[in-house]
Amino acid sequence: MTIMDDIESRPAPQNDEKTIIYRHRIATRITHWIWAITLFFLLLSGLQIFNAHPQLYIGNQSGFEFENSVLSMRAMQAADGTVGGYTTVLGHSFDTTGVFGMSGPAGNPSYRGFPAWATLPSYQDLATGRVIHFFFAWLFSAAFLVWFASSLISGHLTRDILPSVADIRSLPRSIVDHLRFRFHHDGRYNGLQKLAYAGVLLVIFPLIIATGLTMSPGMNAAWPWLLDIFGGRQTARTIHFLCMAALVAFFVIHILMVIAAGPLNEMRSIITGWYRADKKNEEHSA
Amino acid sequence: MTRFIINRRKFLTLAGVAASTVPLSGCDAFDSFLSGQSPVREFLASANGLTYRAHRALIGADTLVPEFAASEIRQGQRPNGSTDPTDADYLALRETSFSNYRLVVGGLVEKPLSFSLDELRNMPARTQITRHDCVEGWSCIAKWTGVPLRQILDEVQVKPEARFVVFHCYDTMDLGLQGAVPYYESIDLIDARHPQTILAYGNNDKPLAIANGAPLRVRVERQLGYKMAKYIKGIELASSLAPFGGGKGGFWEDLGYDWYGGI
Repeated sequence: MTIMDDIESRPAPQNDEKTIIYRHRIATRITHWIWAITLFFLLLSGLQIFNAHPQLYIGNQSGFEFENSVLSMRAMQAADGTVGGYTTVLGHSFDTTGVFGMSGPAGNPSYRGFPAWATLPSYQDLATGRVIHFFFAWLFSAAFLVWFASSLISGHLTRDILPSVADIRSLPRSIVDHLRFRFHHDGRYNGLQKLAYAGVLLVIFPLIIATGLTMSPGMNAAWPWLLDIFGGRQTARTIHFLCMAALVAFFVIHILMVIAAGPLNEMRSIITGWYRADKKNEEHSA
Repeated sequence: MTRFIINRRKFLTLAGVAASTVPLSGCDAFDSFLSGQSPVREFLASANGLTYRAHRALIGADTLVPEFAASEIRQGQRPNGSTDPTDADYLALRETSFSNYRLVVGGLVEKPLSFSLDELRNMPARTQITRHDCVEGWSCIAKWTGVPLRQILDEVQVKPEARFVVFHCYDTMDLGLQGAVPYYESIDLIDARHPQTILAYGNNDKPLAIANGAPLRVRVERQLGYKMAKYIKGIELASSLAPFGGGKGGFWEDLGYDWYGGI
């Protein structure tokens, strides 16, 4: 708030060719932080739920007497008698002892999918994992609806998120710029950023909500077409998991980019809305 | 400029505090808030009431779950929970192939009745090929044959004050220090009267196997597997779930699982 007063009471500093712009509306900032908090709890409780049956399949059901598994994390005994954690992806097994399938102290290992540090609660407790997951799933989905409606009305969606034809055309240059760590601080999203945010907000978020609903037997009665869209409950569970992995990857890149682009300025803009931007000049608008 | 710098410092401090909580994540930092009777857990669990009401508003009382073609039955029904009860009264019934079995239906009903297996088998039956979803995450498709529960409820004439159908079971679950606890479950009258809610005595064209709950189990197709009690001894109509077990409406519910298992 005081930053705002500063701007009102004094002209923005001209000497370093910077200008302070109002970059993020209140709806964007609030939903951003609701998502940050809810996704943190959804991830850790989701991994807890996954651990109750650390195996993914394609189709309506789980193959116990036939093979339709695409991923599993379990402890197995090798030919020499040693037990280790193995992750099997599409039929290929990898030794992931210490992280997936088997983790914890060497003298007293736990046989579990994801390790204790990645789940909530840390010990195996499916009931509590579900309690946490569904509470934050409601919050997450509500924030998504609020964000979508307000962004549609304010024009944020079409102006800042959906990539334009020009954004798509300038993608190669945008990629080269990112690889050279050359960032444009004009307060507007470049093509690559728009594509990343559109992918997360308009593809992954709806997808992770819809596949979550598809796993509910109650919702299967209400909206059986969800099963048709995703190709069965177990496929939906697999897609839900892949969306999670994509969001984790996005989070890592997101944080790296914030650090690379100037963490103080970026953090200030997502908290207060105000962003210290480069002055528009010929070089960038060309 | 001074004021701005102070603000930035303040912001830095806040950001530092916020960031310092991140490494705590995951491990056991939250465990104490999430154990058994913690008020935080209780609060989070209230979302299940919201889910229940939302589902009841969104899903029609008689809306069916999808049924599958016979070609989708690709394996036997995966058993879980109790698979071979060793309780004396159950073993005695099993000895005579359940010919002495009687399903006792009582509680808040006008006409308490009991039914033998033959009587149940001679009532109009329903057969359905449905997907069984375990709370653990797996699914299994199987064919189920049995008596629609609503037919039984109509025969015994449910009293208006009844709100729940409680299933009492022969199997007991070992809880270590607390000893063996009998399995029980409960559903509301909407799911109890749902057309696909059946008391199943047949599975995949054979009599229900011991591992799957012989002689009688309930199918509640719009909810998860733990709601579908096996080895049913009796059915009781009740106005409250408080008098049964730990008071939460079922064996797993007493251990912290949600009473509404439609999600």
